[in-house]
Amino acid sequence: MSYMATLRIALDALLRNRARSLLTMLGVIIGVAAVIVTVSIGTGARVSVQKQIESLGSNLIVVIPGSVTQGGARSGSGGASTLTPEDGMAIAKLPGVAAVSPAVTVRSQAVAGANNWQTTVTGVAPTYTFVRSWTMAAGAFFTQNDVLSAAKVAVLGQTVVQNLFPDGSSPIGQTIIVKGVPFTVVGTLTAMGQSRTGQDQDDTILVPYTSALQRLTGQATVGTIMVSAADAASVQPAQTAITALLEQRHHIVPPQQDDFTVRNLQDIAAAASSTGAILEFLLAGVAAVSLIVGGIGIMNIMLVSVTERTREIGLRMSVGARGSVILRQFLTESIVLSTVGGIIGVLIGMVGTMLVALLAKWPMVVPLSGVIFSVLFSAAVGVFFGYYPARKAAQLRPIEALRFE
Amino acid sequence: MEPVVDVRDLRKIYDLGGGGTVAALGGVNLQIEQGEFVAVMGPSGSGKSTFMHIAGLLDEPTSGTYRFEGHDVSSLTQDERADIRSRRLGFVFQSYNLLSRTTALENAELPMIYSGVPEIERRRIALEKLAVVGIDHLRDHTPNQMSGGQQQRVAIARSLVNDPALILADEPTGALDTQSSKEVMELFTRLNQEQGITILLVTHEPEVAAYAKRIISFRDGHVVADTLQNQRQAA
Ligand SMILES: Nc1ncnc2c1ncn2[C@@H]1O[C@H](COP(=O)(O)OP(=O)(O)OP(=O)(O)O)[C@@H](O)[C@H]1O
Ligand SMILES: [Mg+2]
Repeated sequence: MSYMATLRIALDALLRNRARSLLTMLGVIIGVAAVIVTVSIGTGARVSVQKQIESLGSNLIVVIPGSVTQGGARSGSGGASTLTPEDGMAIAKLPGVAAVSPAVTVRSQAVAGANNWQTTVTGVAPTYTFVRSWTMAAGAFFTQNDVLSAAKVAVLGQTVVQNLFPDGSSPIGQTIIVKGVPFTVVGTLTAMGQSRTGQDQDDTILVPYTSALQRLTGQATVGTIMVSAADAASVQPAQTAITALLEQRHHIVPPQQDDFTVRNLQDIAAAASSTGAILEFLLAGVAAVSLIVGGIGIMNIMLVSVTERTREIGLRMSVGARGSVILRQFLTESIVLSTVGGIIGVLIGMVGTMLVALLAKWPMVVPLSGVIFSVLFSAAVGVFFGYYPARKAAQLRPIEALRFE
Repeated sequence: MEPVVDVRDLRKIYDLGGGGTVAALGGVNLQIEQGEFVAVMGPSGSGKSTFMHIAGLLDEPTSGTYRFEGHDVSSLTQDERADIRSRRLGFVFQSYNLLSRTTALENAELPMIYSGVPEIERRRIALEKLAVVGIDHLRDHTPNQMSGGQQQRVAIARSLVNDPALILADEPTGALDTQSSKEVMELFTRLNQEQGITILLVTHEPEVAAYAKRIISFRDGHVVADTLQNQRQAA
């Protein structure tokens, strides 16, 4: 008997029991929908992390202070204050380095006329916009001369613009006051949106780092040094060169520990996506368990179905169906159930993902591999859990099946 | 010509567990020639159904030989037995055994699905046999939309589609009223007389047995009487 004919018989049998077929599929539908939603959310998260990291600027290398040990307690990375603007200048002279900007950050109230706003003030070099791939919305960034003279000039992010100048007037040329120091606004930045961690990247004021150090923090050290390598190939050698240079400048000899950390964005991206991958794997595992439970549901119903249809099986055998044909029919039924359930589950999962994307403003990515895997896996569930009931049906003796009450 | 059914010293012993056994058939010798119309009678539990099932290759004897159309079937595999049921045998049951929620036409087509007849041909033959049993106008009715007599006719049409050598009917009129019984028996008589199909049927009713040419009586697993009679003419 042809496979098409077997499929027809199986479909007929399933359609004759629509409600039961649907209920049987429910387990697989839910399982597959869960797999699709979790995998899609996981992939969406990974893609957005990747995008965020890329948006930080290409070929970016970040130098942060290392940990300090104080009374036996080690602070985390970045706890020490060891980096100076001079370190940054030295790094700028290294081969393969395109631009360097130190960054020193202060939380402060900013005042413009009657409006005030709590924000982050970051002292940077003019190269910062290049390092971060940031562009100007209006005005111009401050210059190297402003840095040398520790000028009282500032560049505003869009959130700050909206809160300090809510009437929509141009902030260029206006004065804002930070920690009692008046700064003249020389430019505004284009909107960057939220960072991966949910921070508003536009909620910032940029000033020359010299001004920040002298007028706002009163310290000589900076929080981080951001370095842009000339190209992707220079990232690795530049990183090595920076490490060697800073060890020399800070008089660190092995086995002494470095008092700074040099990271490139690829490292950070890789770390972020590997955490994402582990999470995704765990979620997919949970979803797979629900698929297996769905498969057991199919087996259960198919066993009931075999018992319930024992007389039908006996009749089919009495009119000439071989055991192998009965086996194929029941196996086909469970494969059709699980595969159709899988396809419906994929569709529902896609709708679910779309809802999550809409409600949580999460990027929607339904990976094709996830779809294919889910459908194949549910077909496999059908084979695996359908085989036992099908074999049970096929091994019935015709007369026993016929006389079954 | 070889007999259609030829059994020698056929025994069927059922194990009842705990050491007890029942001899449903205790050494039956029977030959049924091609074209015969045989009624099997006997009290309840005398082994009639057991004999029918073995004759129909639905069950296997404990011992003895069974030659169907001259071939020893005792050593056949399950698949070979299924193939013989498909091509050479037709069954009619007391409880019709139609597929529910399935039309008369599809029910009649069922055996041909397993014998690999192409779909168009299937349709044609099934309709033809529904016409033979006189209910082709009910082709699209499902079992629950038909009377018992009509359902039994569908079952008879189903038994005919593969042109069997032998039709086995275990109490085919057992669930029917007098009028429907009469119509079904006249149908069997016609099939036997006009198409030469061998018919073996079990019945408790003498009026039903009266349609047959030969009556075999069972008692306690043995054939106790085997008589030829003047067949009652189909009306
Ligand atoms: N599967 C079985 N297991 C045990 N004993 C059985 C089985 N099938 C039949 N028997 C026994 O075999 C004997 C013959 O049974 P069978 O069904 O052939 O009788 P029958 O002549 O068809 O009776 P009825 O007229 O009531 O249909 C009975 O004693 C019955 O109890
Ligand atoms: Mg009986």
